[in-house]
This record gives sequence, structure tokens and C-alpha cells, in this order.
Amino acid sequence: MAETDNNKILEVKDLKTYFYTEDGVVKAVNGVSFDLKKGETLGIVGETGCGKSVTALSILRLIPQPIGRIVGGEIIFEGKDLLKLGEKDLQNIRGNRISMIFQDPMTSLNPVYTVGNQVMESLVVHRKLKKEEARRESMKLLEMVGIPEFKRRFNSYPHEFSGGMRQRVMIAMAIANSPSILIADEPTTALDVTVQAQILELMDELKYKTNSSIIIITHDLGVVAKYADRVMVMYAGRPVEFSSVDNIYYKPMHPYTIGLMKSVTRLDEKKREKLKPIEGLPPSLIDLPECCIFRARCKYICDECKKEYPPLIEIEKDHFVSCYRGREFMEGIIERFGN
Amino acid sequence: MATIKELEVLEEIETGKKYSRTSLYKDAWKRLRRNKLAMLGLSIVILLILIAIFAPLIAPYDPILRIKEDSSLGPSINHLFGTDLLGRDIFSRVIYGSRISIEVGVIAVGISVIIGLFFGALSGYFGGISDAVIMRIADIFFAFPYILGAIAIMTILGPGIVNIFIAIGILGWASIARIFRSSILTIKNKEYIEAARALGASNNRIITKHIFPNSFAPIIVYATMNVGTAIIVEAALSFLGIGVQPPTPAWGKMLADSMAYIDNAPWMMFFPGLAILITVLGFVLLGDGLRDAFDPKLK
Repeated sequence: MAETDNNKILEVKDLKTYFYTEDGVVKAVNGVSFDLKKGETLGIVGETGCGKSVTALSILRLIPQPIGRIVGGEIIFEGKDLLKLGEKDLQNIRGNRISMIFQDPMTSLNPVYTVGNQVMESLVVHRKLKKEEARRESMKLLEMVGIPEFKRRFNSYPHEFSGGMRQRVMIAMAIANSPSILIADEPTTALDVTVQAQILELMDELKYKTNSSIIIITHDLGVVAKYADRVMVMYAGRPVEFSSVDNIYYKPMHPYTIGLMKSVTRLDEKKREKLKPIEGLPPSLIDLPECCIFRARCKYICDECKKEYPPLIEIEKDHFVSCYRGREFMEGIIERFGN
Repeated sequence: MATIKELEVLEEIETGKKYSRTSLYKDAWKRLRRNKLAMLGLSIVILLILIAIFAPLIAPYDPILRIKEDSSLGPSINHLFGTDLLGRDIFSRVIYGSRISIEVGVIAVGISVIIGLFFGALSGYFGGISDAVIMRIADIFFAFPYILGAIAIMTILGPGIVNIFIAIGILGWASIARIFRSSILTIKNKEYIEAARALGASNNRIITKHIFPNSFAPIIVYATMNVGTAIIVEAALSFLGIGVQPPTPAWGKMLADSMAYIDNAPWMMFFPGLAILITVLGFVLLGDGLRDAFDPKLK
């Protein structure tokens, strides 16, 4: 459909990012494809080490070199392949068109500068504003992200701020140039629960104000349920299921997603049941098998997934699953949430 | 209607004057001020710099003026530190000698800091081959005993004050580069550097605006202490006769000249020696205090 195509602001195709370590090649991201629509919030979920963060860092080409390298794929943003751009062009995109919020606000601010100074930096770097203008502009930003007494706090140093306030400052820095994409890499992991909610509300609110898209990376399924429009579930460097948030929560079709859903505590559960963790551990990303990577932990193995990795197929409209038995889940042949 | 007083307060808030803020360096300064020994060191250093600047006003005599009939006098009201063999006033010579020591200390260390920062940054930030090459060259410099290296360079370049700057400056870069490299290596992997990169900052900007200010503390400490070392090396070179040339007054040279008369005229040696001791002590105390001030956890 032509209309939806125009709506795509970012398209990642078969992205592969490998790390060349002494022990061997770590295939951290191994063929990730997704797209991001205008004004949409996309959630990327998965357990630690499944390649969520590396995917995000790859988009901005911030993979630590020379250990890490993007070995394949395309990242199309505004008609250009980010993987083919030079360092100068990338610097113009980073923090300007695409910006990023990091996990730990305690360490993401430079301790020797005042917070005001750091918010000003992205304005000075990208918009070449004069100092006075940048000052006024960054005061506005600090007000926008809800820093109380922002005029005084402008001249405070990061260590004088609490974690939540620092994350607000990080957000102010990230949205300074009204980017079209905001990547949030576990933005609330380091914060306590009440502050988490505030920060997420703030991001959601700002998304509507600035008309940007958000990629939110998290392992908190609750966060995804509330804020994301679509969700990509990753496992061992690959997307295993990609669909709308409702589909992922109510009609999961990949055994891994189903397992994830079963291992979440729910307040509305009638019976007091034990959580059902997924058995086993994720595979080492060095020497990945030819077969389905989830096979070792899967209850629904078949002969086909032993031979080769199941491709990500569109099983129903906008619902992608990489499992040969996805259709059986869909048609109810296999009971999802039974034992 | 706001009163004038209120407006003033608003203005202060606006400009951020009133709000107490504590930057890393302000904090360090606060701690430094509480450290008595460090403040003693700082006073010595400031006093010395003042003496060097105002030497002509303080010194009662011309330091190279010979008064024949006053030769080899002990300390007295006329000649506070006595006179030397050629009848020159030792007090005036010690005063003027501070100029050479301070110049050597500041300029030579300045040269090593500039060279060291450049190569340290190159090596720490970019790593790879440049790192390996620079650090191996630094190893070569470390392999030379400091004084021996200085003597070798001075022999090649010939005596003279400018050559002393060069010799000591070149010899000192390796340690500065090492220290700077290691602090860059720690800072470089901090998240705020990654955040700055995600913000679109260029390499240059990241090095100068984010890495430098955060890795400066150890350099300040080391450079301060190194001024003391540089002064000693200059004194040693002058003592050996390949440093500052006569008749320019230099403490090391004064020691060398009066060595033979230590039994009969100990003051000739005592006062220049004392000057060197106090000066170096001042810089070391200050450096020590700075280190404690920058790292409050260290005790």
C-alpha cells in the first residue's frame, strides 16, 4: 500500500552486527528487519543479551569499534542508507534527526558541566545558535520536561539532581532539535517505579507534541503494553515475532513470546498460580546452530525447524512470526496458555 | 508591583548567581583550602613567583656586580647572606636565581605537558597502531635515567637556558602522555561520552569538551610536582656546568662554585641550597595537596 509506505520513517532490512572477540564471532544482531511509522511507538523486547541495544546502537552507528562491525543490511532513513553515510553526515543526524536516551541517567551526564550547559550543547552543535539564544531555548526545554525551578536549576551540576530529574535532562537534550526518531534504550531501568511512570508519561506526551516516533527498548513487558503501538520480540539476535501490541499480548504465535507472557505476574489472575519460567538458557551467540535457535528450549519442536531456521513470515496481516507452527497456534490447534 | 529588592532577586535567579553550585574544581579548591600543608606549599609558590617577578626591586645589589674589597664576607647587615669569592652579594644572587628556577620549572614543564597531552590524547582516544607506537617511544624515554638523558641532550645542544627548557621539556613528555592516556581510557568508556556521540558531537569536540576537563586532575597534580623535579634537574645541570652559563645567577651553579670553600665559607653554599630545598618543597607540598583535593576518597 502506497500510503503506508510513505508513512515509514525508518526501515531496517536484514541488519547484521557482529562482534569479533578473542573467543570467536559474537552474532549479536543476526538479521533484524523492521520498520517504524511516523508518530508510532515501537517496543523492542527480549531478555538480556538478545541484541536489543545493539540494534539501537547500530541505527546510530555507535557500535564500539573495531571490535564490533555492522556486516550487512540496510538502514533506510529519509531515503538514505545510514550504513553508507560518512562520519560527518552521521554527526548531523545524531542528536538532530535521530536521538537517543540511555539507560543510566546517573552516568550519562558529564559531571564537569552544568545541566544547562549540556542541554545547550546539542543546540549549539546542530543549530549553531548564539549562546544567548541557546540559553533561552534550553531553559524552555528544561521547563518542557518538567524541571521545577528550571531557571535556577539551569546552573546546577548533574550530581545535584536525582535520577529521575537527570533522566528528564537527558530527554530535554534528546528532544532539543525535535528529532523525528527518539530511541530510548531502557530509559527507566535505573529508576524506581513511580519515577518510571512519570518519565514514560513525559516521553509519550512529548511524542505527541513534537510529532516524532519512538523506539523503546525494554525488558519490561508492562511498559510495552502501555506505551507501544507495535512490538518486536527478539531472541538471540533475531526477531521472532513482530506485530501490534494487542496481537503480541493476546494472540502470541511464537513459543518464545508465549513463554514470555506466561512468565509475567498479573494482578488480574484469579487463581494463585506459580509463574512458569521458560526452561533452559539462551544460547551462546558464538557458534549458533543452523536450526531454529529457540529449539533447545521449545516445547513445540517439529522436524522442519531442526533442518533450518524458520523465516519471519506474515502469518496474518501485520503479524510476523518465525515459527513453522505459528499457523497451528493461530488456528487454535495448539492451546497457547495451557500446560 | 514588585519592589526593587524583589526584582534584584529575580535578576539573580535569572543569571544563576545566587544559586549555590559546586563544580568538580570548586569542590577541589574547597578541600585544598582546608589542607594546611598544601596551603603552605601554595604560599611558598606564590611568594617565589612574586620574588622572581620583582627581583630588581627586592635585591639590594646588582647580582653580577663585583665589589673586590667585599669578597668572601660572612652574613651581615650589609650583605644578608654574605658575599662570594668575587665579591658579589649572595642575597641578590639568590633572589635573581629564583627567576631561572621558576622559568625552567614553568616553561619546561609546560613544554612536556603540551607534547604529553597531544600524544597522550592521540594514543588513548584513537588507540590501535598510533597507541602502540607512541607508547613504545615513551618506553624508550623511560629507559633513560632522567639526569643522564638531560646531560646527553645538553651535550648535543650545548649549554644555555633555552636548551635547558628543551631538554627537560622533551624528557618529561612521556610520563604526562602515559597519565593522560590512562585517564582518557577510563573516561572514554563512560556513558556520557557515548551520550555525547549520540548527540552528534564530533571527535574534536568530544576530546576537548568532554574528555579533557574530566581527565585533567591527574595532569595538574603531576605537572605541579614535576615543576619541583625540573628545578632540581636544572640545578644539577648548572652544577655540572652544562646548564646556565655565568655570570647569570643560578642556584645550581652557585652551589658548584662554592663547593670548594664549604669549610671556610659555608654560607656561600648554604643559602642557594636552602633556596632550592624550599622551592622544591613548596611545589611538592602543593602537588600532594592537589592530589588529595581531587580525590577525596584517597587517604
